[in-house]
Amino acid sequence: MPDQCCSLCRIALDKVSVTRGGQILLQDVSMHIHCGQLTVLIGQNGAGKTTLIRALLGELPHGGAIRHVDGENREVPRLRTGYVPQHLQFDKEMPVTVEDFLAAAFSRRPVWTGVSRRTRQMVLDALRTVECESLAKRPLGRCSGGELQRVLLALALHPAPDLLVLDEPVSGVDQNGLKMFLDTVARLKEQHHMAILLVSHDLSLVRQYADHVALLDKTILVQGTPDAVYASPEFQRVFAVGARNLTSTRHHGADRWTPRVSPDINEQEANE
Amino acid sequence: MQTIYTIIDILLPIEAMQFTFMKNALLAILLLTPLLGLLGTMAVNQQMAFFSDALGHSALTGIGLGIILGVSSDLLAMLVFGVVWAILICRIKQTGAASTDTVISVFSSTSIAAGLLILSRGGGFAKYSTLLVGDVLAVTASDLLYLLVALIVGVLLWAAMYNNLLLSGVNPSLARTRGIRVQLTECVFVVLVAVAVMLAIRWVGVMLINALLILPAAAGRNLARSSRQHAAWSVGIAVLCGVAGLISAYAWDTSAGAAIVLYAAACYFISLGLRRFVR
Repeated sequence: MPDQCCSLCRIALDKVSVTRGGQILLQDVSMHIHCGQLTVLIGQNGAGKTTLIRALLGELPHGGAIRHVDGENREVPRLRTGYVPQHLQFDKEMPVTVEDFLAAAFSRRPVWTGVSRRTRQMVLDALRTVECESLAKRPLGRCSGGELQRVLLALALHPAPDLLVLDEPVSGVDQNGLKMFLDTVARLKEQHHMAILLVSHDLSLVRQYADHVALLDKTILVQGTPDAVYASPEFQRVFAVGARNLTSTRHHGADRWTPRVSPDINEQEANE
Repeated sequence: MQTIYTIIDILLPIEAMQFTFMKNALLAILLLTPLLGLLGTMAVNQQMAFFSDALGHSALTGIGLGIILGVSSDLLAMLVFGVVWAILICRIKQTGAASTDTVISVFSSTSIAAGLLILSRGGGFAKYSTLLVGDVLAVTASDLLYLLVALIVGVLLWAAMYNNLLLSGVNPSLARTRGIRVQLTECVFVVLVAVAVMLAIRWVGVMLINALLILPAAAGRNLARSSRQHAAWSVGIAVLCGVAGLISAYAWDTSAGAAIVLYAAACYFISLGLRRFVR
């Protein structure tokens, strides 16, 4: 464990629980998200992944504690979180360029009056870190799912966060785009040593990239290294059908796991 | 004031502009349309066209309540009620109790019915009919002063909140992680729209106010690629249609509000045709 890595060494979740309308969405979730590591959250639809993210972002009231602790076990009061949401709900015909969108976040000058040279440089630098400078002048609605995800990553990285939360889209990003995205994330992890939490639906890619995997179903069923989690009986039980494909074959495209059950109403409610 | 009138005489040496009421109307349009054009861009992008329509309708109830409560100024009654109404719709929308268009429809019909009920008591609705179609020629010099204040305050507020509103509209959770108070931002925007609508309604009318807010922005959207272009097109179209509509209305001896809106509608259809060349 890289315990002396930086001023903020882990985000510690201690018995986190979320209840809504009398229904338990999360119960006794305890885990550490270490910096310099890619922690991946997996689980069925409705397992509470999005709920956990929203609790982490401070959007949902929760029981238990979420603490930010440095290497010497001292609590750090402030946590800067970068967030890449699963999807954006905006009008695809909206005349807002990628540059407008990022400039709106980076500068106080209203973007309808234009973008200053300094801000434009910031935007280009941000886009460069995710290897898509060419998108600057493109309207947001004209970006593909994968491009949009990179733009959102560029945004989440400025200013540099202590915790990066990535909610991977279920659809709209192809396998190649996802791989490129995860390569970028892996590079950032090495360079900036931030704690990264990824919610993923792609079990084979998770295995390749994750340092730590947590399997969620209202609570953490099992967590540890990818190999340990994938070999666990809990994993076999939850992903009974998909897992057979995953462990035997690794050919492209076919290993993208699709949910067996319809989305749980609880998670949908929590999403609203 | 006299200096401004002289400037208009020099810039627009046409028959229509020799009258003071026409000069006042022109100034009112020059003060109102830029604000509506700017606010319209966000109303269109956030799919709130229906919402601003409902706000316009609430003016009827505002005046009705003003009469019952004995408020001497129609404008004050409309403003207060419009703002309260806007915040109410906004809050209910944010709790997610029902889908947005349903909420707005409920509010819209309620306010029309309540307004009609009060204003038509004793068969006296005819005297409020100017409220429906508006009369921009009735603008006085003192009205212009508060329109000027409204324009300045409105644009300043708009400048301060635009970026936050843009991010909130794209993804509220994302906006929150960047320290934006999403609900507050939305409410301030809604109140700003309410104030602009209430100020304009006497001159443009309940039935046409929404068109003035939405059409220039909708046309601009077809021609723009970026936020700045959108704002520029929207304001440009709004101002141009406002002036052209006013002069045409004088020439044709008809309602200025209707002429303005028809010009804006023409701009929209032309922009629709030009759209594929822009993108």
